[in-house]
Amino acid sequence: MCMTCGCGDENFRVHGLPHPHTEDHHHGDPAGGSFSRIVEIEQDLLSKNDGFASANRKRFAAKACFVLNLMSSPGSGKTTLLVETVRRLQGHLPVSVIEGDQQTSQDAERIRATGVPALQINTGKGCHLDAHMIAHALEKMPAPENGLLLIENVGNLVCPAEFDLGESSKVVVLSTTEGEDKPIKYPDMFAAASLMVLNKCDLLPYLDFNVEAAIAYARQVNPALQIISLSARTGEGMQAWLDWINNGVAEARAGSNRGAYTYLGRGAKTEYCKA
Amino acid sequence: MHEVSLVESVLDLIQDSARVNGFVRVKKVVLQIGQLANVEPDAMSFCFDSVTRGSIAEGACLELLDSPGVAWCMTCQCSVGIASRTSGCPACGGHTLQVTGGSEMRVKSLEVEY
Repeated sequence: MCMTCGCGDENFRVHGLPHPHTEDHHHGDPAGGSFSRIVEIEQDLLSKNDGFASANRKRFAAKACFVLNLMSSPGSGKTTLLVETVRRLQGHLPVSVIEGDQQTSQDAERIRATGVPALQINTGKGCHLDAHMIAHALEKMPAPENGLLLIENVGNLVCPAEFDLGESSKVVVLSTTEGEDKPIKYPDMFAAASLMVLNKCDLLPYLDFNVEAAIAYARQVNPALQIISLSARTGEGMQAWLDWINNGVAEARAGSNRGAYTYLGRGAKTEYCKA
Repeated sequence: MHEVSLVESVLDLIQDSARVNGFVRVKKVVLQIGQLANVEPDAMSFCFDSVTRGSIAEGACLELLDSPGVAWCMTCQCSVGIASRTSGCPACGGHTLQVTGGSEMRVKSLEVEY
C-alpha cells in the first residue's frame, strides 16, 4: 500500500480520479523496493516491567502481604539483617524471603536454617531483580497471607533502584564500613527508597564514619527518607526496625480490608492512593 | 550495566510495534532520556549495537533526546531547574526538592521501512 495516499495495487485507488503514481509520489516500488515512515511509540522504557510490577502489587494486596525490597551494595549485611529479622518475627506472623544473587544459593540456605521459607533467584549475569522474575518466584512460593515478604535484591547500589518489583516499600541498607558519602555518590538509590537502615552501628567506635554527615547527605537527596540506625549483629536498634515492619504489616492488613491500593508511578518518592 | 536490560526493553517495544504495524526494518530509534534518569547515555549507545544484532533493528541509528531536570522547591514554593539529584535549589540553596521532570526514559518514535 502507498503510505502517502493509501492506494493499493493497480486495482485499488483511493484518489477521486485516476492519476499517475510517479516516483516523486513516494510509492513503494512494486519490484521489491521499500519506503520509510515514522512510527510514534511514546512508551516508557520500563513499561513492560511496570506492568508485571503492577500485577505483583495486586497479588500482594489481595493477600494483605507487606512486601519490602531491600537494596544495598554487596557486604552491607543485608542477609544478616534478614536472618536476625525473621528470627525475631517468626511465630508472630507469616514470613517468607526471596533472595536475589548472581550465583549460589548460600543466602537462601542461611534463611532456611531459621525455619522460614526462602527461594533463591540467580540472575546469572544480571545486575538486578525485575518484576517478571518476582512473578515467577511467586508461582513457586506464594506470598504469605496477612504476613511479610522480604525480597533481598542483588548487591548493587545502582541498577536495582530502577526496577519496580511491586513492593510496598524500597529499603536501602547502608553500613558504617562504607563511606558516609554513599548517598550523594549513588543518589538514585537513596532517592528511590522510603527507608534507610544504617547497619553495623556496633563498629562506630572503631571507624571514622560520621553518622550526622551520612544522614544529611541522604536527606539532601531525599528529604522524606526515614532513617533507622541499628546493628543486626548485636541487636542494638533492632526494635525500631521491627516496629517499622509491624506498622507496615498492620497497614497492609487494614488496606486489604479497605480495598486495594494503586501505584501512582515512579518518582523521587513512591506514592500510593486508594483505588 | 542495567543499560543492557533497558536496551532489551527498547527492542521488546520495537518488536511489539512491528507486529502491529507490519514494518520489516528499523532505520532510526528516537529515545528521550531525562537528565535525571538513572542511565548513562554513552553506555546505552554502546549496548545498542550488540543487543540489536540479528534483529529488525540491526544497524539502526540511535538518537537520544534529553530533557532538563526540574524539581519543586518546598521552601521557595516554585518550580526550579536542577542539573542532578544532589543539586540544591538555585534560589535558596536548600535540598527540600521533589523531582517533577527529567527522570523519564521513553521510546519516542521509530523510522521504519516496509
